[in-house]
Amino acid sequence: MSEFQFPSSIRSRPIYGKFEARAGKDCLMIADAEGAEAILDMVQKSDDSQEMMANTHIIYIPKHTEETYVEKLKALGARQFYLGVSYEASVPRLRHILTNAHMGLQVYLAGTEGVMGQAQREAIEAGIPHLAIQMEHRGSVARRMQCVHCKGITEDVITDPFICSHCGLNLFVRDHYSRRLAAFQGVRVDAEDHGNVPAQVELYK
Amino acid sequence: MTAGKNKILVKVVEISKVNDLVTRFSFERIDGALFPTFSGGAHIVIEMKDGEINRLNPYSLMSDPMDQSRYSISVRRDDNGRGGSLFMHRKVKLDDEMVISYPVNLFAMDLRASKHLMIAGGIGITPFLAQIKQLGTLQGHFELHYSCRSRALGAYAEALTDHYPNNVHVYFDDQKQTIDLVNLLKGQPLGTHVYICGPKGMIDWVRNTAFEMGWPHETVHHEEFLAPPSGEAFTVNLATSQKTIEVGEQQSLLEAIEAAGIDAPYLCRGGACGQCETRVLKCDGDIQHNDHWLDDEQKVGKTHIMPCVSRFAGRNLVLDR
Repeated sequence: MSEFQFPSSIRSRPIYGKFEARAGKDCLMIADAEGAEAILDMVQKSDDSQEMMANTHIIYIPKHTEETYVEKLKALGARQFYLGVSYEASVPRLRHILTNAHMGLQVYLAGTEGVMGQAQREAIEAGIPHLAIQMEHRGSVARRMQCVHCKGITEDVITDPFICSHCGLNLFVRDHYSRRLAAFQGVRVDAEDHGNVPAQVELYK
Repeated sequence: MTAGKNKILVKVVEISKVNDLVTRFSFERIDGALFPTFSGGAHIVIEMKDGEINRLNPYSLMSDPMDQSRYSISVRRDDNGRGGSLFMHRKVKLDDEMVISYPVNLFAMDLRASKHLMIAGGIGITPFLAQIKQLGTLQGHFELHYSCRSRALGAYAEALTDHYPNNVHVYFDDQKQTIDLVNLLKGQPLGTHVYICGPKGMIDWVRNTAFEMGWPHETVHHEEFLAPPSGEAFTVNLATSQKTIEVGEQQSLLEAIEAAGIDAPYLCRGGACGQCETRVLKCDGDIQHNDHWLDDEQKVGKTHIMPCVSRFAGRNLVLDR
């Protein structure tokens, strides 16, 4: 099962829903890894999936799932299907799509919080209000973290605390989230008492 | 926050006929101070002492939001209305002293938009005149589609097309010209916000079409002032003030409450802003809900009323006021 129920937290923490097919001629769907399942589920439930797919552009980043979902996604018959080796590699294409898009474009983001958050930031900057962007979490609960001290980003953080990949401080994983940075905030865990670092635990374990 | 309740004493310094139905009025402050700047889309409430009746009608400001020396409005004469526009057209003279409220904006532009698509019907053009001036300062990008009855009745249409030949599109009903809405909305770049001011039918048409085409709610803005409809006179009990008041045929409930010397909250006086929402304590009869603020549950359940536009028919109405 790729779905995970996040416990309720502070208001800053993003919450995710289930995709619902919405009115609007053009669709942009972006998913990484198990996020493919959210797209497949929605399209299978849709009554006029053919018409929807005729105006859909899918960007898919398989990561560790490799070939698991690729053929199934291709079989949906989207107008354009792009297989990205990484999120970063697909950004120029994403920006090109958004630059040329028109109002009414529906954006669906699925998969890990890091990829959804970064794609959401691009869509917001292109002029789509954040509440109009649909997001469905699937797969890893790893987070994209910003070190509040050195401002460096550490991707795919799965333990708390973790070591900043830029400055090496031991950081506490907060639920405090920034849409602008598309990252959660990491704060030095032993700021008061240097060296007193609690044992690492896996997130949500 | 009662910006709309702060009053300014002004003098009428301009009365200009724009066309057969529309007249422009400009005001300067009597105390010689500067008006506050405002944002495009804001309105003021004008007090009119019309014999026995004290009217308070909202009008969109059309002057440059950064011009603190004077405020201008345009009033369309409505021969079948309650009389506010007729009062402005017939009774108001140059150099008259009047009382206006501070500006309040319930139709502001979202300045995060990369483009502002404005759709105006008739006298609904007025807030856009101020917004276009504001965008001139901000170097914002806009496109105006303005539908009016005829060339003769198209207030400011000529000035707008002269100034902004590439941004302004005017449609005349008598020449059977209509806005090609679906194609217009379809071609808008991402980041566009749409604004509609005009008759109710036009507002509903544009909003519904935009939503069907997948425009997010946050990007569709509208302004619709309802004039308080007249109707049968009725009696209301005000529990908090322990008063029983009569609401006349041509009077709104809010005006009757004010006439009884009770200080009731308001901003738009047109059923849109929600400021005057009042709890209903007892209702033996029917409330004629004319606002677009309360939800269906509140309307059907007769739990709340908007005194600025709604009326009552029946035996007994008790309000928490």
